[in-house]
Amino acid sequence: MTGVEFSLFLTIFVLSCFIGYYVVWRVTPALHSPLMAVTNAISSVIIVGSLLSLGSSDSLIAQVLGFFGVLFASINIFGGFVITRRMLLMFKKKKEEGRS
Amino acid sequence: MSLSFMLIFYLISGVCFILALRGLSSPESSQRGNKYAILGMIIAVLTTLTSSEIRVTGYLWIILAIIIGGFIGTRISKKIEMKSLPQLVAGFHSLVGLTAVLVSSSSLLSPETYGIGVVGGIKISSLLEMSLGGTIGAITFSGSVVAFMKLQGVISGKPLSFPLQHRLNATIVAVIVMLIALFVATEFHSVFYIMLFLAFIIGFLLILPIGGADMPVVISMLNSYSGWAACGIGFTLGNTLLIITGALVGSSGAILSYIMCKGMNRSILNVILGGFGGEKARLGDSGIERDKAVKIGSPEDAAFIMENASKVIIVPGYGMAVSQAQHSLRELSDILKSKGVEVKYAIHPVAGRMPGHMNVLLAEANVPYDEVFELEEINHEFSTADVVYVIGANDVTNPLAKTDKDSPIYGMPILEVSRARTVFFVKRTMGFGYSGVENPLFFADNTIMLFGDAKKVTEEIIQDITT
Repeated sequence: MTGVEFSLFLTIFVLSCFIGYYVVWRVTPALHSPLMAVTNAISSVIIVGSLLSLGSSDSLIAQVLGFFGVLFASINIFGGFVITRRMLLMFKKKKEEGRS
Repeated sequence: MSLSFMLIFYLISGVCFILALRGLSSPESSQRGNKYAILGMIIAVLTTLTSSEIRVTGYLWIILAIIIGGFIGTRISKKIEMKSLPQLVAGFHSLVGLTAVLVSSSSLLSPETYGIGVVGGIKISSLLEMSLGGTIGAITFSGSVVAFMKLQGVISGKPLSFPLQHRLNATIVAVIVMLIALFVATEFHSVFYIMLFLAFIIGFLLILPIGGADMPVVISMLNSYSGWAACGIGFTLGNTLLIITGALVGSSGAILSYIMCKGMNRSILNVILGGFGGEKARLGDSGIERDKAVKIGSPEDAAFIMENASKVIIVPGYGMAVSQAQHSLRELSDILKSKGVEVKYAIHPVAGRMPGHMNVLLAEANVPYDEVFELEEINHEFSTADVVYVIGANDVTNPLAKTDKDSPIYGMPILEVSRARTVFFVKRTMGFGYSGVENPLFFADNTIMLFGDAKKVTEEIIQDITT
């Protein structure tokens, strides 16, 4: 990684922190649990690193590590989205019943 | 796919994740937010798969791993009861940490896959970044495992501390830092693995001394760590999407930790150093005479006063979660509403074991979310309430937090329930709250204690109202 590359990544990093800061403060406290579940699911985007080591590395150990990486991250991604959906549906349901 | 296309698609995926978090600003838009998050994830995976040279057998293995993982994850999340939510989230955090460790190890073993050099000749910046990603991932993993075990009750929720704990931790951290420096200078694989091992140990040691009711902070903190670990890996692999996502998740967890700490008027350092509620517990004894009489009421009394009230505020706490009383509570408030009583719920930021824990449980029981209020929104309303029904909460109502400077909970924002005309306190016994501090509210003239299991007491009140 060259110095220029690093500075660009640092720029992206710092700006993303700011976006995260402002967006998360607007999340309603009632939805803090779904927030944790969904951030947990999206942080599993780290799966892209495991996809590469499983799919294109020449080292057998790296492939094995990649396999487990993809496996664990998939548990997280599917599990995280499903539980978030379940929670959010409960919040939605009430709204409709409240109207009736 | 060319590199620039890949970057564009990663950007789209990152924007989807931002929109997902944005959607959570209200329950109405939250469903759409979750769909954005799923879309972003699909784009990220497909982009990675199409833009890299992946062997045919590689695809097969990848599909197999995704199917197995997806099946396990979906199954767990569909089956789990809402009361086990905090454990589930802690368990999921541990997997993010573990994956970060696996990816950082892969990048050390096979750097050419990620274009960061060759074995024995990895760029120094990448070595540093992979050490950071790996160690933070390892701490996230073992810390989350401890949090999971505490929440699940496998190990005691009490703070576990031993002599020289902080000194030992500080020493281990110093050794890790030295090992990182050594590793960056030499690229010795053995150094890397020792470093990861010590990071696992420190993760255990850091979370062990933290008690059960501080779990909202711990879970938020681990949430944040998992984001920073992803960031570290993003820098290592030069992957913009990982950097963006890691930063979003990291700052989200940091904000939640801050909100939780503020809800207890404690610094994050104070929580991390741990031991709260253990040794200091005896402080409470000296404060108030325990032989002072409390008024003990029966469910019939509560039923009578509640149905004749015009406004009832319910204050749920962890005890409600433990006895799963939220469904009976909803039933009770439905009956009261049908009799023309105004019912509201008041939620303290640190009630329960994770941020928003009470809100989810109430939502599970179909309590309309517009009846549920946060501390600042409802605190001024207690003076106009006829009845406050405190169910499974204690410390968050303790007036000593405002008056007693020596109290460990001094300065914590509380729900000012004592301003209501009558306060019903549902408790199993006269025991202390988590902080180990006596609650003078029990002895107040307008307080009536209802001893028993939160759910049973609530059900008895319901019976006494309807009959």
